[in-house]
This record gives sequence, structure tokens and C-alpha cells, in this order.
Amino acid sequence: MNKKKLNDLEQTALRVREHIIRMSGNGGCFIGASLSCADLIVYLYKEFLNVSPKKFQDPNRDYFFLSKGHDVPALYGTYVELGWLEEERLKNHLKTTDNIYWHPNRNIPGIEFHSGSLGHNLSVAMGVAMDCKLRKQKNKIVVVVGDGELNEGSMWEALLVASAYKLDNLLIVVDRNQFQANMQTEDLIPLKPLTKKFSAFGCSIKKINGHNFEQMEKAFSKTPFEKNKVSVVIAETVRGKGLPSIQKRADRWFVNFKEEEIEQLLKELHGSKKTKLTSETIVAR
Amino acid sequence: MTYEDLIFELINKDDRYMIMTSENRSAMRNITTKIKNNFIDTGITEQTLIGMAAGLALRGRIPIVHALATFLTMRAFEFIRTDVGIGNLPVKIVGAVPGFLSDGNGPTHQAIEDVSIMRGIPNINVFCPADEDDMLKCLPKIFEYPSPFYIRYNNTKPVAEHSKFEFGKAEMFGEGKDVAILVYGFLFGQAFKAKEILESNGISVRLINIRTPKPVDENAILKAVEECKLIVTIEDHFITGGLYSILAEVLLRNRKTANVLPFAFMNKWFKPGLLNDVLEYEGFTAKQISHKIIKQLAVSH
Repeated sequence: MNKKKLNDLEQTALRVREHIIRMSGNGGCFIGASLSCADLIVYLYKEFLNVSPKKFQDPNRDYFFLSKGHDVPALYGTYVELGWLEEERLKNHLKTTDNIYWHPNRNIPGIEFHSGSLGHNLSVAMGVAMDCKLRKQKNKIVVVVGDGELNEGSMWEALLVASAYKLDNLLIVVDRNQFQANMQTEDLIPLKPLTKKFSAFGCSIKKINGHNFEQMEKAFSKTPFEKNKVSVVIAETVRGKGLPSIQKRADRWFVNFKEEEIEQLLKELHGSKKTKLTSETIVAR
Repeated sequence: MTYEDLIFELINKDDRYMIMTSENRSAMRNITTKIKNNFIDTGITEQTLIGMAAGLALRGRIPIVHALATFLTMRAFEFIRTDVGIGNLPVKIVGAVPGFLSDGNGPTHQAIEDVSIMRGIPNINVFCPADEDDMLKCLPKIFEYPSPFYIRYNNTKPVAEHSKFEFGKAEMFGEGKDVAILVYGFLFGQAFKAKEILESNGISVRLINIRTPKPVDENAILKAVEECKLIVTIEDHFITGGLYSILAEVLLRNRKTANVLPFAFMNKWFKPGLLNDVLEYEGFTAKQISHKIIKQLAVSH
């Protein structure tokens, strides 16, 4: 990857993280998961998906589904950076005058489908993928799923069907941040060996560092990974990536930070020392 | 004309229709190879079936999905509510062997809360055809309706010739003023015969086929309440959330009350067996229904 492109992606991702941090007060948001998939979402929209506001109704566009919907701040932050959403609107987060709340919904242009309940968008995306196949269109259909979300039986049920129908226009990206809500995945319902599980369900898998744009470029350069197979990228990520004070912390899943914490976290994102967090931990949502 | 003929015809006219099933092909067994490009069988996966139907609808398709009513409305309930309901997508959800039609299967297969839970979802309407004739007359309009519908599949032999479908309108048989019988679905046949028995006993009856419990024909119900001495509700459904509840809601909304005799399942599943025996056992034959009505009329006079 050339330096200019890499720098542009890194700068965009940094600004997306700033948006996420700013959305973590006044009611709060799911900051950890948003930060873990921010780089992936930035890469997919900037480099991979063939979609733009002009193409929102184009049947030949690529489709993106955020199945683990609670990390929508990363998506809205990306939309702002793409110029699809006015930055001012992020300040409407959780205001009843707008539709920017904890999960994606189709009132926000660019969102293909709502999510929030885990284990849904994979099968919805498969319906889209199936229709594209039937119409012999070349669209790519991308679904970002959480690793915790893989507890849901509907994910594996859907995979059986996706493989049976050889939906190789479908690309599943797993945000493997090792956490689900306030637990580590391997401490609760272990997913290992995850690659073997996907492989046994008929998928073709690539494993990458989900914060490394060069690895993303390599992995996403050619899809499907194998003809007639669903492509799966297992992206190893860090929950809370970019903020050492909350990184990998089980008690910082959902946060509702105070004004001064947010100011300090923005500085921390740019290299300042760890923030002293005083707001409540383990907020149940 | 059969259900198969109808969907085959629809697909030939309009490529948007997709016939889907989670391995329950009984309603389209003979045409699957002829409609290959518009047919998807997802295997025994009700959740994936509904999720995919939502995705197909996002692409402009009109999916008609089929599975046993219990598994479809309950295993996949949250997918119906969350993907089809919130999305207000034109998915047509066809539940097979609802109510008494599960006959010998036992309680696992008894969809007798389906009307209640489906009508509780915003955007989703409910159609319960009385028999094959009623089903085939109404379905073309219901399939082309731009919102989701739950359909209680019923291809039983008709006992009466049905009229043209009018959206949100009940179908009226007679204008009697002693008794109004409200019914939907398969039990229409028993209700129709009960009407004949009552009339031969000098009791005047109006039979109201509530084709769509949602949207319900409130005017037909209010008129019956106004004009008839006794209101009877008949449904192969739990007493909660179905026709009896719908009647209660209509009455309360309009500050009315009525003399009501309900036929429904009272907090229990029904006895499995051969259909006619089950009806007899549970007290839902035309004869049993009409006798109970005659008794009730005598008490209330």
C-alpha cells in the first residue's frame, strides 16, 4: 500500500475515533466495540465497497450490513468522514429530534437495514446475496459480525444455508475483539478453534490484524477467496483500540463519560497519558 | 384452481414473487421444478428463512414463505417482528396446519396463539381464510398488498361459495337478529352448518366471516352488537389474543357491552387425534355449537 493511501486511512480512522469518543457522553454509547471495528469499517467504505450516495438506490451497488449494531458510532463516524452525514448531526445522538441512537436504522441514508438484535443481519444479507445471484449481478455483500454474536445459533444455521447455496458473493468480517459485553469470549462460551469452525461450515477463511490496513488490502484484494464458498475474514482486533485506559477492559463495554473525561480521552487518543476515569463502570444496556 | 395453480400463475405474471419454504413443500410440491428461479428451500431453518425473505424484499421481491404455523410464528417470531415488522417489508408469511388442522400432531404443532402474536406486531396484518375457495379468492389482493401479512393456510373443502375480497371487510352470511356468529378460519365450516341447525329451530342468525382479524371489520361487529341478542365467537385459538379478545377490544373502544358466548381453548392445548374426533372431543362440531347457543339463548331470555 502506498504511503499516501495508508496515511489517509490512518487519519480518517483517527477522526472516526474522535467522533466515537464524542458520542460516548450525554447518554453514552458502546465505545469498546466501536473502537475495535473502526479501522475495518473505514477500510471497507473507502477502499472496498462500491457504494456512494448517488448509488443508494442502484441495484448494482455493494451492500454493507453491520450485524453487531451496537458499534454504530464507528459507522456514523465513517459516514461523516465520507461526507454522507453532517458532522453536526452526531450531536443529535440520542435526541428524539433525530434518528441517531444506539443501533443502526434506515432513516440514516446509507444504512441498508436496521440491526441491534444479534444474529439477524447475516440471513438478511443472504437474501440480498441470493437475489443478486439470481439476477446474475456482481454486487459484493459484506456483513460485519461480532465474535460474541457467534454465540447465536442463527449465525450457524444461516451459514449452513449460505454454503448450501454457494453464496460466494457474501463476505463475512468477524470483529474478533475477544469480548462480549462484560465477559471475555473464551471465558464464557469459547469460540476456539474459530477458523476450523468456519471451515467446517464450508467457508473460505483469511485471518488478519483488524487494525492493519496493509493486511486488509491484501485480504480484501480478491473476493471470493474461493469460488462457490462464502468468504470469511477473521479480523483480530482490540476492544477499545486507541484508548489505553479502556482497552481490553471488561467493565468498559458501554460507557457514559463525563465532559472532562471525554476531553481527556481525546488527548489520550493523540498520545497523552492515560485518562483517570471516574464515571460509573459496567452500565447495563 | 388450487393454491399451487395460483402461485404458479402469479410467478408467470410477476417475477417479483419468490416462493420460499423451510422444507415444508406440501403447498407447492408439484411446481418446484417449474419455478426454479423463484423458489428457495432453506431447509429446516425458520429463522434464516425469514431473514432471507427480508433481504429479498429489500431487493424488491415479494417473498411468500411457508412453514408449519407453530415453527414459523414462534421459532422465528423475533425475526418476523424485528426484520419483517420493523422493516415493514412485504413478506407474506404462510403458516401451515394452523389451529385444529394440526389434528394428530399434538401440542408441539398446535398453532393456537398465532393470530394473537402476529396481530401484536405493528405493520403485520392477519388473514384467516375459511376454506380453499375463500383463500384463493382473497390471496391475490393480499399478496400484492404492500405490507406484510400472516396467513393461516387453509385448503379445506368449501361449504359455501365466497364473495369477492374487500380489504378490511368481513364477509356476511344472513342478517339474522337473534344470534351473530363471528368466526375465522377452518371453523367457518362448522359455524356455517350451526347456522343451518339454528335456523331450522326458528332462530335467526347472521354469520360473519372475519377474514382478516387484522385489520378487523369494526363496523360489522358493532352493527351485530347493536342488532343481535347474542354474540358468539368461534376460533381454534386460545381465548387470549384472538377473536374473543378482538371483540372485547372493539366493545371497550366504543364503550359498549354485549352478551357473548365464546368458543375457544381455555388455557389448555387440545386433544390430538383424527380431525373429526378432535372436534367432537373439544365440543366444536356444528351440532355441539348450535346446542350450546340454544341453551345460552334460553338462559339469557
